Amino acid sequence: MLINKRNYQYLVDLITELAKKELKVRYKNSFLGYLWSILSPLTSAVVFFVAFKIVIKLKIENYVLFLISGLFCWQWFTNSLLGSANLFLNNANLIKKVSFPRDALVYSMVINDMIHFILSFPVIFLFMGLYRQNFSYYLFLLPIAIILQFFFVSGMSLIISSINLFFRDLERLVVVFTNLLFYATPIIYSEEMVPLKYKIILSLNPMANFVILYRDLLLSNRVQINILMLCFIYSIGFFYLGYNIYKNLQWKFAEII
Amino acid sequence: MKDVVIEFDNVVKYYSLYHSFIGIKNFLFNLPKAIKTFKKNKFCALKNISFKLNRGETLAIIGQNGAGKSTILGLIAKVLKPTSGRVLVRGRVVGLLELSAGFHPDLTGYENIILNGILLGMTKKEILSKVNEIIEFSELKEFIYQPIRTYSSGMLARLGFSVAINVPADILLVDEVLAVGDINFQKKCYKKIEELKNKDTTIIFVSHDLEAVVKICSRCILLHQGEIIKDGNTYEVVEYYKKNFS
Repeated sequence: MLINKRNYQYLVDLITELAKKELKVRYKNSFLGYLWSILSPLTSAVVFFVAFKIVIKLKIENYVLFLISGLFCWQWFTNSLLGSANLFLNNANLIKKVSFPRDALVYSMVINDMIHFILSFPVIFLFMGLYRQNFSYYLFLLPIAIILQFFFVSGMSLIISSINLFFRDLERLVVVFTNLLFYATPIIYSEEMVPLKYKIILSLNPMANFVILYRDLLLSNRVQINILMLCFIYSIGFFYLGYNIYKNLQWKFAEII
Repeated sequence: MKDVVIEFDNVVKYYSLYHSFIGIKNFLFNLPKAIKTFKKNKFCALKNISFKLNRGETLAIIGQNGAGKSTILGLIAKVLKPTSGRVLVRGRVVGLLELSAGFHPDLTGYENIILNGILLGMTKKEILSKVNEIIEFSELKEFIYQPIRTYSSGMLARLGFSVAINVPADILLVDEVLAVGDINFQKKCYKKIEELKNKDTTIIFVSHDLEAVVKICSRCILLHQGEIIKDGNTYEVVEYYKKNFS
């Protein structure tokens, strides 16, 4: 029992220290620091605003707020996925020499991107204030959405980081895939605009469900139980799948790297 | 009667040469061929290795490049799995990292000590209780709060060595790291290793520095192309190696 407690403590320490290292390294030599992580989704928001609101005259109210409520969680998803492709390769030296639990690298990276996502909420709240959106009790459910997304993103990252060691092409595929998925996710448009016969695609796309969940909580003051259920299933399912793929491949990491 | 801490029982290790078909395109379009080459392209790193090591013994593993020395260390550190046979390791294994593995250039020496200690298996509390000892041993003094990209290679080696040697371990793996650092620091390292020997730490030393091997280890294994050629008293094995392999 004592040993188990120590192992647990060790894993917590390992993940937090690795995450802290990433945070420190990212901001050590950067003057604007935290602003950079918000700047990129905000720039996309401006571009989409000009393209779809001003030029195409899309009929969605509070379009900037609408955009960023989807873009920030999307940013977390893509950053983690793209980062996971080379995660183990970048730590090749360590993996070859020391037998620490390698998945800690994945969780600490995902936690890092999660922290950046959480830090973007003040921006969202600011725009909610500007657009006179009311702050409802549903905001207290945000942590649940974040935890669910954490497990989903961790699962995906475990899959990509493990398999990319064996098929290095996966890295390129991830870039193409996330690019396509972006347009299959209701970020620049709302899910109500999608024709009924294509709605099934939204249900099959985990990120679509997460975006809808965040928007329900932030902007519509509601929770759709079926969406919440799908998010739950995707997060548990992908984490289970990712963890098992990692577990089965991890003993080969040191040989192949 | 001493207890066995490491036991290799008919250990065989093959490396698959994955790179022969790497790339999804190549793999998918030539699937049967790819699988065939995959099965054929194997490299045998260790053939039927068997040996036992008792607690407190100091073992040197010598041999030419590619003889399988690092593979044995990898198996003991549980980074690798044997293809067949059995590897038994009792106790906590700590490897002296190759320089700068696990170090991040932008972090300070102090931050790297914490991170490295945790990667080597200590909890945060454990490493914090050791950190002063480590800093003192490294003799880096005020440089410890500087980012390590400003360090010289000698300073880096000291830092790495200081962390690893202060992690409580039952089995210590040393892979070619003592050669760095000035003479005073080397002396200090040898002294520390003597201390650990007296505390019944099992030490496995891999090196091309035969003088150091004779100095530190009582027992020596000579590897050649994945097989144990000789196993016995260090001095004799080293003499045999000098005569036959150089």
